[in-house]
Amino acid sequence: MSIIAESVRLTGPTLRALILERLGQIKCGRYAVISIPGLWLAVFFFIPFLVVFKISLAETAIAIPPYTSLFEFDLEEALLEISINLGNYRYLFEDDFYLAAYLNSAKIAAISTFFTLLIGFPMAYLIARSHGTTRTLLLSLVILPFWTSFLLRVYAWMGILQKNGIVNDFLMSIGLIDTPLTILQTDIAVYIGIVYTYLPFMVLPLYTALEKLDGALLEAAQDLGCKPAQTFFLITLPLSLPGVVAGCLLVFIPAVGEFVIPALLGGSDTLMIGRVLWDEFFLSRDWPMASAVATVMLIVLVLPIMLIRNNAEKQGEAA
Amino acid sequence: MSLYTAIEPEQAEACADGGASVPLWRQEGAEPFVKIENVTKKFGDFTAVDNVSLNIYKNELFCLLGGSGSGKSTLLRMLAGFETATSGRILIDGVDTSGIQPWKRPVNMMFQSYALFPHLTVTENVAFGLRREGVSRSETKQRVAQMLDMVQMGHLGKRKPNQLSGGQRQRIALARSLIKRPKLLLLDEPLGALDKKLREETQFELINLQYELGVTFVVVTHDQEEAMTLATRIGVMNQGQIVQTAEPHEVYEYPNSRFVAEFVGSVNLFEGKVVEKAPGSVRIDSRDAGTTLSNNHGIDCAANQVVNVAVRPEKISISHEDPEQRDNCVRGKIEDVAYMGSLSLFRVRLDNGFEVRVTKPNLMRAAAERFTWDDLVYLSWDEDSSVVLTS
Amino acid sequence: MKRRSTFLNVSAGMGFVFLYAPIIALIIYSFNKSKLVTVWGGWSLKWYAELFKNDQIIDAALVSVKIAVISATLAVVLGTLAGFVLTRFGRFRGKMILSGWTTAPLVMPEVITGLSLLLLFVAMEGMFGWPSGRGTGTVIIAHTTFCLAYVAVIVQSRLVSLDETLEEAAMDLGARPASLFFLVTLPLIAPALVSGWLLSFTLSLDDLVIASFVSGPGDSTLPMVIFSKVRLGVSPEVNALATLMILTVAVGVIAAVFQMRRQHRSKEIQE
Repeated sequence: MSIIAESVRLTGPTLRALILERLGQIKCGRYAVISIPGLWLAVFFFIPFLVVFKISLAETAIAIPPYTSLFEFDLEEALLEISINLGNYRYLFEDDFYLAAYLNSAKIAAISTFFTLLIGFPMAYLIARSHGTTRTLLLSLVILPFWTSFLLRVYAWMGILQKNGIVNDFLMSIGLIDTPLTILQTDIAVYIGIVYTYLPFMVLPLYTALEKLDGALLEAAQDLGCKPAQTFFLITLPLSLPGVVAGCLLVFIPAVGEFVIPALLGGSDTLMIGRVLWDEFFLSRDWPMASAVATVMLIVLVLPIMLIRNNAEKQGEAA
Repeated sequence: MSLYTAIEPEQAEACADGGASVPLWRQEGAEPFVKIENVTKKFGDFTAVDNVSLNIYKNELFCLLGGSGSGKSTLLRMLAGFETATSGRILIDGVDTSGIQPWKRPVNMMFQSYALFPHLTVTENVAFGLRREGVSRSETKQRVAQMLDMVQMGHLGKRKPNQLSGGQRQRIALARSLIKRPKLLLLDEPLGALDKKLREETQFELINLQYELGVTFVVVTHDQEEAMTLATRIGVMNQGQIVQTAEPHEVYEYPNSRFVAEFVGSVNLFEGKVVEKAPGSVRIDSRDAGTTLSNNHGIDCAANQVVNVAVRPEKISISHEDPEQRDNCVRGKIEDVAYMGSLSLFRVRLDNGFEVRVTKPNLMRAAAERFTWDDLVYLSWDEDSSVVLTS
Repeated sequence: MKRRSTFLNVSAGMGFVFLYAPIIALIIYSFNKSKLVTVWGGWSLKWYAELFKNDQIIDAALVSVKIAVISATLAVVLGTLAGFVLTRFGRFRGKMILSGWTTAPLVMPEVITGLSLLLLFVAMEGMFGWPSGRGTGTVIIAHTTFCLAYVAVIVQSRLVSLDETLEEAAMDLGARPASLFFLVTLPLIAPALVSGWLLSFTLSLDDLVIASFVSGPGDSTLPMVIFSKVRLGVSPEVNALATLMILTVAVGVIAAVFQMRRQHRSKEIQE
């Protein structure tokens, strides 16, 4: 009885204080709970990067595994011998091939991101402005491809873009072209593939940002003399900027390291760093070089990845 | 090129003074500033605004008063240009506004949510409208500073809207909507988001500002007290129609229908049948009251017509002794007493079971204590105090 | 005003067409009789029959489903814990790091994740002798790790929108932290767990790159088999397989939407 009476009186701040105190008492349990996902991610997400970095400093060798060891223990002499090989990195920066691959990946990712934004924005805007069942329907139409196989969606374009595929058939039947265009196995096919597969990643954050946009703000802008286009650039776009940034990063980052799309849709001359890494690993079996390629890619991408987190936190605060 | 008239403060004062003696709406044949002619707005099957005609005059502070869904906001949005009338037309300063887009109208609006742009500072928000008009930077700067001083927000220019309190936001929204010197300012529940005390203060500031600037205001509100304090005239709306347009005291003292009487203030309604009718007076036999009620206003009704007699609670006097009055006197028992500080409210059950509400100002400290539960009391009022309602 | 909305409708409409045209084309061509993928030879179910006779594909599909079920389940357990810890544990040392580790896998290029996990497994085998060799086990670990991140994000957003007073009320009524979690929090976030599991299942079933790195010989997953087939060109059998997979998902999603609408409606009626 008395316990009930007491807890009835405890409200608001007092209750919170009590909860914190109670949580303090079970601090051990608390850290046990934290450590389960923490340890898993440390071992299988974070440490692997250290391993990659370590192996990028090794030399390739005909052995299993195919690289030299960095540390040599000599127990009798009580010596630890460390051999670091910076050759992979030197090679990476000296050979134009790798630099070209990085730059080309960034270029392809950036251009694709831009087109994804261009196509995704009207879609997100339309969904945010619709109501009830229409909104649910349109939103599920955007999410649905997300649930279907990425690989198969890229594959679908092979049939469409090839020499005697639907696109060429269509263009020829309306008399726009006489001979079939070569689209498959060019950079254009890669752009199409990236825009297509990453479109939902762009539309969803844009929709989230646009949905929060108060319609009264747009009316207020018009009321103060803005034409629709001005309203868009002065109000809608700045206020949906967090969504634009999130969407662009969500498309750009994975697109830089994309392998499947250039492998299936790109030509042999479509140079992308994900593909270079794959080939170093699977074809040349040069694990240290592949590791060096990965390390540099990771360093380049750390900044945009951190941007995503900050952006998400800012949005969280605003809401 | 602008449709906005640059009303300079001095000019504004001049015309405000000129019109102060006899208000325009009481002058025969005065030209209305806003003319709403037979406007209807339908959303699908739903008629939001139903054949409304209304004249609003220059320098008025006109209140559209009504509950939610009464069509008051839709009417306001049609004035701003956000909605297009299904039929009928709206003239502002003699210009038919149909087809004029919101951004071209000499009308500004203060939104219920204030709609301050969250990504712009206070100064940028207020300057927004002027910049769109192409006003030079230096003039904009000067006018914004002037406007912010006028609403006493000069020191907060660099803040973002989310760093302001509700009252501060309200002032900024007001400044932003006034900066273009619109011919007509529309205010959607301008005080709705403020707490009671702040609302009272702001009401008077709003009136003063309107008087100083000489801009015509149209205010939408659901709060009858707010409408009474602010308005030069009130248009009471119900189900898409304006049911009464009159000055505040008229709406309160002489409501033209049961709806208005009940919506504005509280009221006792006694149903009855007209038994005597003379020019300038009428007697009604009411079963609700259990007696005859008389009224000395001339009303348009037939003999034997069923009507409602409306009496405001504060018009009724309460006493322990029989005032020995022929009409307008009923007897009952006090069932409930609510002490409300400045006045006390009594719920009196008449002998026939009908309930009457009476308020009595607490003029002296112990006044409220003279009447208490289960007291037998007489309630009476003047012939002049009631209104006979035929609809 | 009118013109702008037409522009909007047309451009957004084109976006939706772009999103669905390839899928629809794929489905239609899976019923093509002709071996030449782009020449229409009439309707036929021939490639579906071929598909079910292809043992390599069937075996790979079974392996993939097994991996997907196990890693989705593990990912839901770990991801829920991560999401819960990040939203409900207040401040603690290493919170920033944990939150970074749970969001980074979402955007990490798959080639990096795949390579780094493989190198880890190889190094661990060298040091501890575990995991001995690579196969479904290592694929499961890899998939759990990146699916965990998706689950954590979904659970986090659900927990953030959840009314915290419900949990406070439970504590006020005497629930200890553990029972609070299992009796109140978990049932409340159940929908998020279901969608997290389904998403993990799909992602695992779909993954080519990471699985290529960490799987062993003889443990080819379905995407690996598909990739090796289509690398050389369009294959009608894969069209048939794709159609089956897409229709399964479509039916599932449509059913989920209907279920949601029914719940929504019954809620409205109650209110």
